[in-house]
Amino acid sequence: MEHGQPKQWKTEKSEAYKTKLGIIMFAIFTPIYLSFILVSVLSPSFMAADVGKFNVAIVYGFGIIILAVALAVIYNYICSWKEKGDDVDETNQEGSSS
Amino acid sequence: MNYQAEPLAIVIFVVFVLAVLFVSYWFAKKAKSSSGYYAAGGNIHWAVNGIAFAGDYLSAASFLGIAGMISLFGYDGFLYSIGFLAGWMVALFVVAEPLKRLGKYTFASAIDAKFKSRGVVLAAAIATLIVSLFYLIPQMVGAGSLITPLLGLPFEAGVVIVGAVVILIVATAGMASTTWVQFIKGGLLVLFSLILTGILLINGFSTKPGTDSVPFTQPQTIELESATPGNIVPADSGLSVIEEYSVNNMTFVKLEKDGYINYWKLESEEGVLAETQSIVNQPGQADLYNGAPKEDGRFYPVGHLSEIYGERDVETGAVGIGGFFEAIKEGTVIRWATQKIVDDDAVITVYYQVPTDGADILTPGEKYKIDPAKGATSASRIDFISLMLSLFLGTAALPHILIRYYTVPTPAYARKSTIVAVAAIGLFYILTLFLGLGAMTHGVIDLTNSNMAAPLLARAFGLGIFALICAIAFATILGTVSGLIVAASGAVAIDLIHRVMKINLSDHKMVLAGRITAVVVGIIAMALGIAFKHMNVGFLVGWAFTIAASANLPAIVMVLFWKRVTAKGVIASIMAGLFVSLIMIMLSPETFSQVYNLPASSAPLPISQPAIFSVPISFLVLIVVSLLTKKTEVSATQA
Repeated sequence: MEHGQPKQWKTEKSEAYKTKLGIIMFAIFTPIYLSFILVSVLSPSFMAADVGKFNVAIVYGFGIIILAVALAVIYNYICSWKEKGDDVDETNQEGSSS
Repeated sequence: MNYQAEPLAIVIFVVFVLAVLFVSYWFAKKAKSSSGYYAAGGNIHWAVNGIAFAGDYLSAASFLGIAGMISLFGYDGFLYSIGFLAGWMVALFVVAEPLKRLGKYTFASAIDAKFKSRGVVLAAAIATLIVSLFYLIPQMVGAGSLITPLLGLPFEAGVVIVGAVVILIVATAGMASTTWVQFIKGGLLVLFSLILTGILLINGFSTKPGTDSVPFTQPQTIELESATPGNIVPADSGLSVIEEYSVNNMTFVKLEKDGYINYWKLESEEGVLAETQSIVNQPGQADLYNGAPKEDGRFYPVGHLSEIYGERDVETGAVGIGGFFEAIKEGTVIRWATQKIVDDDAVITVYYQVPTDGADILTPGEKYKIDPAKGATSASRIDFISLMLSLFLGTAALPHILIRYYTVPTPAYARKSTIVAVAAIGLFYILTLFLGLGAMTHGVIDLTNSNMAAPLLARAFGLGIFALICAIAFATILGTVSGLIVAASGAVAIDLIHRVMKINLSDHKMVLAGRITAVVVGIIAMALGIAFKHMNVGFLVGWAFTIAASANLPAIVMVLFWKRVTAKGVIASIMAGLFVSLIMIMLSPETFSQVYNLPASSAPLPISQPAIFSVPISFLVLIVVSLLTKKTEVSATQA
């Protein structure tokens, strides 16, 4: 009955772990993003301070973008490693979700 | 400004667009079944999907709008880059995989997977349609903006061309084509932004930045004998003031010089008159650009550094990345601001020079004022915070972004796609700062169109690269628009017809329904694109993000992470988010001045970015209604 069903992803034992990891990554990234907003509003002069040829605003902005990409790569790496555990060790159910 | 069609540009442009259409046609066979139409049959390689993902996201708004806004306001345009990318983190870390595990691929059916409620599907489908429409408007505005300098056609022609081509793509081919279209242009967009940035760095800066293709015009000044407002007398006795205007603590004078009537701004400190550019709009007469009809080409491109390292006549030669920012930071940028003057029945739009300290260009606060020392109010600071919040929360809630996550077979593939996308997008967003600041300082800005900074920068470096960049941007729009229309037609065809109205259509008829919807949505988007023609597309996309964040995000997040959420809670939250954000946008100062053409101060609300209110309201409504309706839901399932 379903029209246009996308590929079904098989249920994996690492799911709970991945959800938790995602939340942790989010918890690392969000304060850094929020601090950018807060610093901009509370101390515009700090954003204008020199950092070599750059200033704080540019370094901060570029930094957030680069950090985001780096976190995404780390997240993928850990998730892939956990998923491998799903295939190799069928019995390791408890271990992967802790 | 007045543009003439360039044959070479047209050839490159047409060839490129035809190539895109050919690719679409080539993959059209894959769209025979509805799964092929909506989700590309789930068999696209993750790297291709990743670049296509980036292609979806790097819409006209990213390329045209952000670069354009940076070229006018400096760092404040770059805030959009930061926020758009940060939004991906919410999508990747929090929403993407848990949502997919619910096993559906339109936003509405994923939310509904838990409830099997027609009301939820209806609410989510309405949200999908409205967000898609708001995202379509800026794409259409971008298309119209591109066509003018490229082909010399009016704005409206661009909108209609994009609309027609996209309807053709979507109605004949569907998603498979759009994935490949997005892949090609996503890759090219990043590549050409890199090339353009490279050329910028090699050329460096000059206080007289003209090139052969875009010559530089130095704005003039007139020495004064008397600079007292009310009695302004030029030193040259051949010139005489026709009229003086005092507006917003500024004094403008109308005078005739070299046979043209133009407007000049009094600079009391220096005791001179500075040249402005003006457009005189008088009922029953052709508009005058700097005192002459548009075709005379007296309206010139602007934006330059008047000083670099304290020197007035200087060229830096090639600069590095650090040198690029240092030259601006230690320089003075001539920006141009707008003032409307009403003289009897004539409305005069005056663009006047605003020499701005380079250090201010490179920090937030020119558009979204945040420093009380520089005139920020509570409202402007709330706008800034609210904007950053909506960009952060909006990405994960955009219907056309989520769809593409589901076109690959496993979570690992989906994730790898996303990472390819984030890397490409991150690189591109860093480049937008170079492109925008480059346009700001290279004498290429068309004051009548804030969306063309990046392509016009390319034009200064040669016609070939200009045509290519325009073609890529146009293809960007084609791709984004087709992706959105697929999302919108999915919302109507699958969700409304199949689930809400409970009409069971055959596979073939379902595809047909999707295609009919695509045509209708396309036509509506064309009309709105023409209505919003004067707005910056980056700003417009910001609103689409706000509506998505307000209507969809609370529902998505709570369905995934809160066990007590009820169907009624979700419905109420989506409707509250939609309603509050839409109303606040319609009553905002920005809408009043840019869309209704009324003074911004007459708007009932002081802020233009509603997310900081509408998102929490939507969350709150969801929680309260869920708690209130919990009992009935339980008894309903038991019965």
